Amino acid sequence: MLVTNPSKVLAPSQSKHAISFSGIWERFGMLIVFAVLFLLCCLFVPYFATFINMKGLGLAISMSGMVACAMLFCLACGDLDLSVASVIACSGVVTAVAINATSSVVLGIGAGLLSGVAFGLMNGFVIAKLQINALITTLATMQIARGLGYIISDGKAVGITEESFFALGNSSLLGIPTPVWLTIATFAVFSFLLNRTVYGRNTLAIGGNEEAARLAGVNVVRTKLIIFTVSGFISALAGVILAARMTSGQPMTSVGFELVVISACVLGGVSLKGGIGKVSYVVAGVLILGTVENAMNLLNMSPFAQYVVRGAILLAAVIFDRYKQKVRA
Amino acid sequence: MAGFPSYLEFRNISKHFPGVKALSNISFRVNKGSIHALMGENGAGKSTLLKTLSGLHKPTEGELCIDGEPLAFHSATDSLEQGIAIIYQELNLVPELSVAENIFLGQLPTKNGRVDIDTLNRNARQQLQRLGEDFDPSRPLKEFSIGQWQMVEIAKALSRNAQIIAFDEPTSSLSQREIQNLFKVIRELRDDGKIILYVSHRMEEIFDLCDAITIFKDGCHVQTFDEMSSLSHSRLVELMVGREINDIYNYRSRSLGESGLRVEQLEGKGLSQPISFDIRQGEVLGLFGLVGAGRTELTRLIFGAERAKNGTISVSGKPVNISSPCDAINAGITLCPEDRKADGIVPILSVEENINISARPRHLNLRSLINFGWEKTNAQAQQQSLNIKTASLQQAINQLSGGNQQKVILGRWLSTDMQVILLDEPTRGIDVGAKSEIYELIFDLAERGVTVLVVSSDLPEVLGIADRIMVMKDGAVTGELKRTEFNEQTALSLAMLGNDQAAA
Repeated sequence: MLVTNPSKVLAPSQSKHAISFSGIWERFGMLIVFAVLFLLCCLFVPYFATFINMKGLGLAISMSGMVACAMLFCLACGDLDLSVASVIACSGVVTAVAINATSSVVLGIGAGLLSGVAFGLMNGFVIAKLQINALITTLATMQIARGLGYIISDGKAVGITEESFFALGNSSLLGIPTPVWLTIATFAVFSFLLNRTVYGRNTLAIGGNEEAARLAGVNVVRTKLIIFTVSGFISALAGVILAARMTSGQPMTSVGFELVVISACVLGGVSLKGGIGKVSYVVAGVLILGTVENAMNLLNMSPFAQYVVRGAILLAAVIFDRYKQKVRA
Repeated sequence: MAGFPSYLEFRNISKHFPGVKALSNISFRVNKGSIHALMGENGAGKSTLLKTLSGLHKPTEGELCIDGEPLAFHSATDSLEQGIAIIYQELNLVPELSVAENIFLGQLPTKNGRVDIDTLNRNARQQLQRLGEDFDPSRPLKEFSIGQWQMVEIAKALSRNAQIIAFDEPTSSLSQREIQNLFKVIRELRDDGKIILYVSHRMEEIFDLCDAITIFKDGCHVQTFDEMSSLSHSRLVELMVGREINDIYNYRSRSLGESGLRVEQLEGKGLSQPISFDIRQGEVLGLFGLVGAGRTELTRLIFGAERAKNGTISVSGKPVNISSPCDAINAGITLCPEDRKADGIVPILSVEENINISARPRHLNLRSLINFGWEKTNAQAQQQSLNIKTASLQQAINQLSGGNQQKVILGRWLSTDMQVILLDEPTRGIDVGAKSEIYELIFDLAERGVTVLVVSSDLPEVLGIADRIMVMKDGAVTGELKRTEFNEQTALSLAMLGNDQAAA
């Protein structure tokens, strides 16, 4: 970013105009891109605009949307969490094993969520208190969580015997699947946290300038501890829901999912350097990525080609973002 | 660009940013063989002008000419190829690399595809010797002082055959001896026929060093003098500020209260001896010393930015336990850090957000929700009372000039119920107008009973505003002077020689 020394302020009418246009773009830019994309898909992709497909699309993005909210906070404070996918797998396995052992759905879900909180606390403690780089720390817990998932499940999918548990993943309310409702709720909660609470504003301040935030009285250690614990908790929640949808805890699920989530955040406009991020960005990023994937499946594109397209979109998004920042400066 | 240009001309240069006119219609000429000062308050446009010279900013209108030929830049590296080097406040060097590698970065000599270390070091030594420096260029840069870094930066410019060299506040973190050395080098460069631009806020330096001067105000060209002798100190200030300033400190005496901040046997990083002192409520204590004397370290220990090994701190007579900045703020102690950019501002956030960040937890709805109404009112109140110049409270703080950023940080602390304020170099890099406003504020605070500690290496400033001066050297307190005993020479000798020699 270039720093300028403003000395003269132009006439208010002129400056107001410039601010309002860039303001709209900043707030809704990627959502507009999504709207255009969605319209194009409706027009040109067969079966895209059917209720069944919309439901599938909603389910597909419900998991990434949920986890991306927690990732938003990690990125906004200038760090990142690579362990989310492994925590999803591990917590699913823990839930399955615990339900089978106790025949209690509540205890099972509790155990699954607790395992996620434990990984999150561990990440937070090492990153915030011991001040170890977040990339390395979560790279380590990513492998630990994956390994523990395999150990607990003995390397195989664990079928769940208690059928009432499946309602969490497979029931619907007003025709919309429960996981989608839960994701919408997550968006609302995290948007509230980011904009309306000291915790959210402090997260952005830490990402903007950690030392300045500390010297302004922000409790950096506590804030980061909460951020990573919440990330662990949300990943576990996603893992429990996934287990309910699949009716089993699978230790090998969601490999590479952390990168999908980070891609979605960055695609929406969340800065990898920290300090810049909004829930609306995450919503846009998740929707765009999910829609493209859905359209590619409907168009019967080969999975190998899909990788190339996803990578190309991400690359285009960050280049575009960089260009946007340059123009602003 | 070949040969030795004889003049550089700024021709009708204007630069607009969204909502802001940073430069309007600047025209003047800089001749070779003269050191040309650029003076003006912060935000007057000097830095922006230098950035057009470096190619970082493209002027909205107008052009730069060398010997009448317009310059065309495509990127920032272009300016170096055109023979223009800018030496910025923040040095652009890589501490981990060797001095020689820093000098020749981007044009390392190679042999058979590998870096030719011997040639590199030999060439670097030659460059440094041209500047009268004799230190080992094969050592990593981080082992050397800031003054030597500056020399490395100059050597880098010369190694690229720069004919136009601009200095942006080069002396702000140099010792007196290093400054004299730098001036010697700059004068030699001038005598070599280079075109030299020099930006500084230090009036004495400008009169000591420069031959010509151009004065800016609010992005406009005020006047250019080709002879410094036709200009007096007071006339220069008048032209810069557009009004007359007699005594910028405007000291006011006041009655003092009980003990405001008491520090006993404080030990920690950067201090060589346990330190004890007491400041009364309403008192302004000046903490003077040379760079590296341990003054910043002392304020950081009091504020809890660094853990103290030992010692007690009391606010208004009550001992307080401080192990983090949070604790200090809760105890009523606040700190305006020396390095605003690194430790003060959160650059991406708005002015409003930067003002409210510290006081926010005390003004919540339902004990956890941000009270936006209060925050807006508070930010507006601080903007008004501190005269913060910004297009809007929603503007990102890094768009503001240094003086206005400092005012935002002050506003941040004024929003809390502070009893003690530690100001570390509060006026460094700030223009005269904002300076006198900050002095005024310091006296206002003291009159309200706030305990004030001002760290400064600007002796006239300390003498001008403090009720009492404490002097530090090498991590220890070497003396104390009451206002009635204020004496420039005593303070300096305490800072430079220490206790024993000063007494003798």
